[in-house]
Amino acid sequence: MSSILNFTGTLLKNLVSKPITKNYPEEPAVYPERTRGRIVIDIDQCISCGLCVRNCPPRCITVDKNEGTWTINRFDCIACGYCASKCPKKCLKLIPGYQKPGRSKAAVTYRKSEEVMEAERQKAAEMAARKAAALKAANEKKAAAAPAPAAKAAAPAPAENAAAPTPAAKAAVPAQTVSAAPANAAPAAAVPEEKQ
Amino acid sequence: MGNISVVPFGPQHPVLPEPIHLDLVLEDEKVIEAVPSIGFVHRGLESLIVKKDYNEMVYVAERTCGICSFGHGMGYVEAVEKIMGVQIPDRARYLRTIWMELSRMHSHLLWLGLLADAFGYESLFYHCWRIREQILDMIEESTGGRVIFSVNKVGGVMKDMDAQMLGRFVEKLGDVEDQITGIRKNFLGDKTVQMRLRGVGVLTKQQAHDLGCAGPFGRASGIATDMRTRGYGAYSELEFEPIISNDGDSYARCQCRIDELFQSIDLIRQAASAIPAGDLFVPVKGNPDGEYFMRIEQPRGEAVYYVKGTGKPYLNRLRIRTPTFANLPGLCETLKGADYADVPILVLTIDPCISCTER
Amino acid sequence: MIKCPENELITIEKGELLSRCMEMKKSGLRLSQACAAFCDGNYELSYSFADDETYEYKTLRLPAGLDEEIPSITDIIPTAVFYENEMAEMYGVKIQMISLDYHNKLYRIEEEAPLLPKDAKSTAQ
Repeated sequence: MSSILNFTGTLLKNLVSKPITKNYPEEPAVYPERTRGRIVIDIDQCISCGLCVRNCPPRCITVDKNEGTWTINRFDCIACGYCASKCPKKCLKLIPGYQKPGRSKAAVTYRKSEEVMEAERQKAAEMAARKAAALKAANEKKAAAAPAPAAKAAAPAPAENAAAPTPAAKAAVPAQTVSAAPANAAPAAAVPEEKQ
Repeated sequence: MGNISVVPFGPQHPVLPEPIHLDLVLEDEKVIEAVPSIGFVHRGLESLIVKKDYNEMVYVAERTCGICSFGHGMGYVEAVEKIMGVQIPDRARYLRTIWMELSRMHSHLLWLGLLADAFGYESLFYHCWRIREQILDMIEESTGGRVIFSVNKVGGVMKDMDAQMLGRFVEKLGDVEDQITGIRKNFLGDKTVQMRLRGVGVLTKQQAHDLGCAGPFGRASGIATDMRTRGYGAYSELEFEPIISNDGDSYARCQCRIDELFQSIDLIRQAASAIPAGDLFVPVKGNPDGEYFMRIEQPRGEAVYYVKGTGKPYLNRLRIRTPTFANLPGLCETLKGADYADVPILVLTIDPCISCTER
Repeated sequence: MIKCPENELITIEKGELLSRCMEMKKSGLRLSQACAAFCDGNYELSYSFADDETYEYKTLRLPAGLDEEIPSITDIIPTAVFYENEMAEMYGVKIQMISLDYHNKLYRIEEEAPLLPKDAKSTAQ
């Protein structure tokens, strides 16, 4: 029974062959194409919808629609790719190459370019104007038909706002303020529409 | 009657990758009683259900354990799918099965390395981990992560393996198979290794059953239970038999795990040749309402996922019973009567994974 | 070859627990897991038993009030020790006479009953 020295073959082979490990810092590491290294954003494509914020398991992303910024705390990110799979514009992407370690946690902020912001502002103003006009027309129509039910319909509006406790709703608030601010008395029906 | 003394073992010990503490009551050099205590790495993952909805919990479940990560994700999503009555596409079932077997292989190779290290065979330890590295490369190439796969979601999988990639993997696995045949000889044929493993920590079939042992630990004592026989994933369409041994000692446990490596390679081959074309996932609407006990076979044994939803996005209860949790009583039993010098090997033979035990 | 019987759920009362567990043990099942949950102001304790040959899975479901004292099954099934300690620590279930009691320090958590919702007492019926 050759029960001893049966590792010798492997041992001898190892002695004469090249090392299987790499001389890492000198020789760069090669990652496969699918490696989930870190999240990158094509910020000018971003529409600040906040879906990534709501669907980030460690909650490491924040979005400010007014400022046009997208902020990620890379030291909290777990590189799961859930935000990238939820992004409606597909502007989030996981690329190979890991986040460099650091001494303390730090957030990175990406800001949209001025042209994109300007275009967005114009679009928002246009939308608000259109909405206000539509609202005005509707109100006039309602006022003409029956004044009492219109007042009733406006009443549940604050209650509905307060009953939305999720961070999702909170994230949607800035988006809402932009478009709804000019139209002062936004009707209750407009609120859930906004959230979706 | 010899000298009675109590020796603390762990939480820091060279053979323990993770912290567990054992109070060993010794009579001279023999262990007469072992009292385990855990709780050094409790992270409270189960309590996260109040903060993360059931889709995000997939990522939390995956992070229960670093080695059997894919299995935890798979067990959790299969439980949720069962509750919601989601029928996932066939291709997704096959892909999950292939990844599950790859993760079983890398877990077993890791364990074999640790065992070799525990009985002082360091070159074999490095050799096992070198073989394991090839499996990790395959996993990284197909999922994007080395240990955390993050490919599962409720309703299917997120990434695909095309025929070319599968062909490459199967070819590479042939190579890996040869290498494992080599280490099998070293583990099972070597006289010195046999002297450390044979007859150490014997557990009879009856004892193993009474103590509720799961996985290769129980199968080494002759309990022919393999949760894959339940036919989740694509296992219902693949041919395999649970690998058992009747010796019940450390050598048998080692043998079971090595033979499971070959079984895994065979299962991957079968799945790769039978994988149907089709979608990767189906859209899922609504929230889970109901409860289910899902049992799957992890590399370490039977794991139970209890999911209870009440029709809200946030679950009411998620409970993960990991195999090591079930094997702890078995471990204490095997330690009784063992030599003090054999304790490290016996602790390793249950393939302890303390972080997933405590969650 | 494939054996996949449906899971069985049996609701029991506190008085039955020990005799049911004995019955399960006698018929050759092994304790696969035991856990607690909290739903609608009540505990739901589950004791699951598995058959290694037929792959049957039977769960005993014991609803219990917040202050109810539950007998330990460790006299019948010694391996239930860790499960019962976990229930006691995580949910504050009052389990009597566990054979190896860690006194709510199995996981060494400072907080008492961390998985029980903070308003559990007020929602209890």
